[in-house]
Amino acid sequence: MSSNVPSDPLVCLEGVRFAYGEREILQGIDLTVKRGQVVAIMGGSGCGKTTLLRLIGGQLRAGSGKVEVDGQNLGRLSTRALYAMRRRMGMLFQFGALFTDMNVFDNVAFPLHEHTVLPDELIRDLVLMKLHAVGLRGAQSLMPAELSGGMARRVALARAVALDPMLMLYDEPFAGLDPISLGVTGQLIRRLNDALGAASIMVTHDVQVSLDLVDYVYFVSNGIIVAQGTPEEIRASDDPFVRQFIRAESDGPVPFHYPAPPLESLLSGVAA
Amino acid sequence: MNALAATLRRLGAMTIDGVWRLGFAARFSLAVLRYSGQSFLRLPLTIREIYFSGVLSLLIIVVSGLFVGLVLGLQGYDILRRFGSSDALGIMVALSLLRELGPVVAALLFASRAGSAVTAEIGLMKTTEQLQAMDMMAVNPLARVVAPRFWGGVISMPLLAAMFSAMGIFGGWLIGVVAIGVDDGAFWSQMRAAVDFRYDVLNGVIKSFVFGVAVSWIAVFEGYDCQPTAEGVSRAITRTVVYSALAILALDFVLTSFMFRGI
Repeated sequence: MSSNVPSDPLVCLEGVRFAYGEREILQGIDLTVKRGQVVAIMGGSGCGKTTLLRLIGGQLRAGSGKVEVDGQNLGRLSTRALYAMRRRMGMLFQFGALFTDMNVFDNVAFPLHEHTVLPDELIRDLVLMKLHAVGLRGAQSLMPAELSGGMARRVALARAVALDPMLMLYDEPFAGLDPISLGVTGQLIRRLNDALGAASIMVTHDVQVSLDLVDYVYFVSNGIIVAQGTPEEIRASDDPFVRQFIRAESDGPVPFHYPAPPLESLLSGVAA
Repeated sequence: MNALAATLRRLGAMTIDGVWRLGFAARFSLAVLRYSGQSFLRLPLTIREIYFSGVLSLLIIVVSGLFVGLVLGLQGYDILRRFGSSDALGIMVALSLLRELGPVVAALLFASRAGSAVTAEIGLMKTTEQLQAMDMMAVNPLARVVAPRFWGGVISMPLLAAMFSAMGIFGGWLIGVVAIGVDDGAFWSQMRAAVDFRYDVLNGVIKSFVFGVAVSWIAVFEGYDCQPTAEGVSRAITRTVVYSALAILALDFVLTSFMFRGI
C-alpha cells in the first residue's frame, strides 16, 4: 500500500452519464481518486469500465455530469487545453500500443522528443533511467515484434511515465500475462505511483492481484457503481455482486446467460 | 407492410450513414490541411514518407513504364507504317505517355503499391491503438501520422509519373529505333517539334498532381476511418484501391475535357 497519505482529490466524477447512440453505458457515476492513491475499477466485460477510463483521459466527453482532473472540468477544455492536461497524464493500453516502426528506446523517447527541447544526451539518460526502472535497459534496441507480451507492457509503462505524469491510467494491465510478468507489472504500478507521487486508476478483472495492490476499489455493473471500498472492506463484503466477482462464480447478479427467451420455447421437440 | 418499413428503414439508415461519412470526410480534409503546416515544419517526417511512397515505388514504376513503352513502340509502328508515317513514332509514343498513360497508369500503380500500404499502415495503427496512444500523449495523430503521409504521396506522384513517361519513351525508342530500325534523328526531332511544353508536359504534370491528391487523400482517409479489426483493415485497403482507380479514371476524363478542348 501507499506510504503517502492520500491528500486532495485529483480526479472527481459527479453524476457522469454516457451513451453510444441510444445505448446508455454509464448511468450516473460518482467517483473520487486522491493523489497518491492506486484505485481499481472492476466489473464484468462490457459494463463500461474502459469507457470510464476514456472519459477520465478526455478521449470521450460525458453526456451529462462532470469529469474533473486536477480541478479542471475536462468537458469544457479546448483541444489545446486538453492536450496540455494530457501531458501530465500517462496511459497504459491493454496490449501496450507500442509504435511498431520504432525500437524500444525510440518508443520511450517519443514523448520526450515531442514535448521537450532537451538535448539528445539528456533524453538518452532519461530513457535509460525509465527503462532501468522497468528492468528493460538491456532491451533498448529491440523492436516491439521481438518483445514478449509482458516486456511490451513494461516498455509501454516506461513510455507512459516518461514525462513523470501526475495521473496514470491503466487499461487491463494484467490481461494475458504469465504469473511472473503479472507480479512484476503489479509491483511496478505500485512502485512507480509511489515514486512519482501520482494517482493511478486501473481497469482490471484480476481481483486477487489488484486487491493486494490498490488502495481503493470501485465495482461497476450496468453503468452504475454497485460497490466500493478498501481491499479489506471488499474482501469482507456481503454484497452478492462483490462475492460473485471475488469468488469467480459463474452465475449471480451478473447472469451467465445473455438475455434470451426460455430454451423450452425454442426447442421444437418440447413444443410437440 | 413490415417488409416495406424495413426496406425504408434500411434506406434511411444508409442515407444517414452516407451523409455522416461525407461530413466526416469533409472535416477530416480540413483537419489534414490545417495540420499540414506542422508536417512541413518537421520536414524529416514528410521526407520519410516520400521515401516510402515514392522511392520504394520506383521499381514497379520503372519496369511498368518500360514495358508500356515497348508495347507502344510495337503497336505504334504497326499502325503508323500503314500510313507511311513510321517516322512519327516518337511523337505518338511521347504524346500518349505525357498526356495520358504516364499520369494515369502511374497513378493506378501508385494506388495499388503505395496507397494500399498507407491505408494498411494507418489502419493497423488504429487497430493496435497506436493512434489512440499518440493522442493520449498529447500528440495529434493527424499532424504526426496522417498529414506527412498525405503530402508524401502528393509530392511523390508527379515525380513517379515523370519517371514512368521517361521510361516509356525510352522503351518506345528501344523498340522503334534499336529493334525495328526507325530513323533515330527523325524519332527525336519529330518528338521535340511536336511536343509542346505547356500544352502537353505541363498538363500531364497537373494531371499527375491531381491524381496524387486524390489517391493520397483516399488512402489516408480509408486508413483513418476503417473499422479497427482485421476485416475492417482489409476492407479499407480494398476500398482504397477501388475508389482510387475510379477516381483516377473519372478525374482523367474531366481534366482531359478541360485541358484539350481544341480537339
